[in-house]
Order: sequence, then structure tokens, then C-alpha cells
Amino acid sequence: MASEADWADWMRRAIGGDAEAYHRFLHAVTPRLRAMARRRCDQFGAPPSEAEDVVQEVLLAIHLKRGTWDPARPIGPWLSTIVRNKMIDSLRRHGRRVDIPIDDVVEWLPAEAQADGSERVDAERLLARLKDPQRDIVRSISVEGAGVRETAERLKMSEGAVRVALHRALKSLAAFYRRDRHEDE
Amino acid sequence: MKTNDLIRLLEEDAPAGMSLGRRITLALLAGVVVAALLLIVTVGLRHNLASVFETARVIFKVGETLLLAILASALVYRIGKPDLPARTRALMLLVPLGLLVAAVVTELALLPPADWGSSWRGQHAAFCVFFIPVLALAPLAAFLVALNPALAGAAAGLAAGAIAAAVYAWHCPDDSPLFVATWYVIAIGIVTAAGGLIGRRSLAW
Repeated sequence: MASEADWADWMRRAIGGDAEAYHRFLHAVTPRLRAMARRRCDQFGAPPSEAEDVVQEVLLAIHLKRGTWDPARPIGPWLSTIVRNKMIDSLRRHGRRVDIPIDDVVEWLPAEAQADGSERVDAERLLARLKDPQRDIVRSISVEGAGVRETAERLKMSEGAVRVALHRALKSLAAFYRRDRHEDE
Repeated sequence: MKTNDLIRLLEEDAPAGMSLGRRITLALLAGVVVAALLLIVTVGLRHNLASVFETARVIFKVGETLLLAILASALVYRIGKPDLPARTRALMLLVPLGLLVAAVVTELALLPPADWGSSWRGQHAAFCVFFIPVLALAPLAAFLVALNPALAGAAAGLAAGAIAAAVYAWHCPDDSPLFVATWYVIAIGIVTAAGGLIGRRSLAW
């Protein structure tokens, strides 16, 4: 099992552009996030199925926020703060979902039943809200597993344009999560 | 979308680019340079700058705004980092506040009450409240761009307002702490509020 020092080392190299190190970091952190999210969901009476949404929201935040980590400092406190803040946001949002009209609940329930434990409804619904080249790019890379170059060829775009659109799409996804919360309040 | 699919997306996204600290440093440099140039090419430095610089009031005004600019900028560096508490740096802002109060009390003790009004009004109160926010535009814009992922708009506004005030002090002929405590504070407050409002919309991540 990787130590916190390993995580810091991988993240440091990832920020320097090492894709392999970033891959290791994300795959090492995710199971831990999942365990934490499940425990929190349990503690606050949220169904465990919501844990995976929390995991995904936290991963997005870690990714978009990674420039704020000072590589000279330990990564543990930085990670914990992000995880705690996002978890509170996410649970609060899900907690309020109980009060929304029955229509939305109907839409929510069957999709949840289909979820295989790591497939999430929130992310799916938010993906559908992305605008056009962004949504195609996201689907191509995430679901179909294509790389940026392959995606660019398929969509007849330049690699640079695909990279820019991908980054915007990730920011939009994070913003959708946030806005969701505000709509509920 | 499965979590592993999301991870693939994150991996394909471009590397993080410049660190937050370096972005803020660039913003700080750009903001100070643009604000100083703007002052010099529009209203210019104060014409009797060299001769008045010996008086305690001028030294206070320049030193106070500079101190606030430095402390507020230090707060901006800290506020975007989730793992580091910003409270100590925020409390440091009480130092310039205390200095300002002390200077006002001293001024009131030194001046005969008949002169309080004219010192407080100064000659250019309206221009001061207008021009400090104008000078703050460049540093505020630069900070907001640099801070992109942080709820730090008000801190950016305070730092930008203080930088602008520290620049404006090199032109401003109104030297009484009564003037500074009123019109400078109003002007910096405008920029702080603007930064907070913009930040709430644009800085959340």
C-alpha cells in the first residue's frame, strides 16, 4: 500500500508533466476516497450509492485545484481539506434531494438501480448538459477510451483545440456540480 | 460515467501549468507596474514630492498604504491554498488598522478643533475616492485571473485597493490622517467590495 510520501512524490511528478505518475496517484487515491465517502454517507444517513458521486466530485476538485498544492509541503493536509469541503457540499446537496418533487425522484430511482456501483447518475446528467464539441470529446475519451490525438482525428479538430475543450469541459462539470447545489438551496 | 472513465479524462487533461504562487507573483508585479505607470502618465507625481517627504504626515500616509498593500498581498498568497490557514495573515491586517486609529487620535490632539473640518475634507476627496479604484483596476484584474480557482475576491480587492492607494499617495496633496482615514478607506472599501462581488461569481471552483 502506497504511503503519503508516495502520493506526494507522484503528484509532484504529475505536476511536472509525468502522466504515468498522475495515473498512479489517481488510482491510489480513489479507493481511499471511496472508503471515506461510504463511511460519511453512512454516518449522515445518505444511501451508500451516493458515495460514488462524492468520489467523482472530489476527484474533479483535486484535479482542477492541484496548482494550489505547494510541492514543498506534505500532501495529506491539502487533500484532506479538499475532500472534507467537497464531501460536506455534496452530502448537503444530496441531503436536500429528499424534499424535491416526485417527478425528479422517479427519474432518480431507476437510474440508480441500474448503476453498477461505480456508474453515477449525477455525472451522467451533468455530462448531458455539456455543449457540443465538449460532450463528444468527453465521451470519446472517457467512455470510448480514446486518446486526445485519436479524438482530434475522429472529430476533425486540432489536438490543441481538443485539449482546450477538454479542460473547459472539466471546469464546466465542476461548475454544474456547484450550481446544482445553489439551485437546491 | 464510471469513476475510471472520469480518471481517464483527468489524465488526458493538460498538465497543471504554472503554480498558484507564481501566478500571483506575476499578477502582483503586473498590477503594481500598470498602476504606477497609470498614475505617472495621467495625474503625475506630486510636484513638491521631495520637499514634503520629510513631514510625518506624508511618511505616515505612504508607509500606512504600503504596509496595508504588503499585508493584504501576503493574505492573497495564502487564501487560495486549502491546506494552509489564512487566519494569522488576516489578523495581521489589524496592525495597519491600529496605526490608522493612532494617527487619527494624534492628529485630533495636535490640531485645533477649528481645523478638523478642513483637514478631513482636504482638497481632493472626490478625486481620491474615484482615482484609487481606477488605479486598482489593473492589480484587481490581474489577481482575479491568477486566483481563478479560489474564493479570494475580497482579499484580492483589498490588496489591489491598497496597492492603488500606495501608488496614489505619491500624487495626493492631502496629508492629514483624518483625510486618509476617511477617503482612502472609502476608496479601498469600494475595491474590496467589488473584488468580493466579482470573486463570488468567478472564483468558485
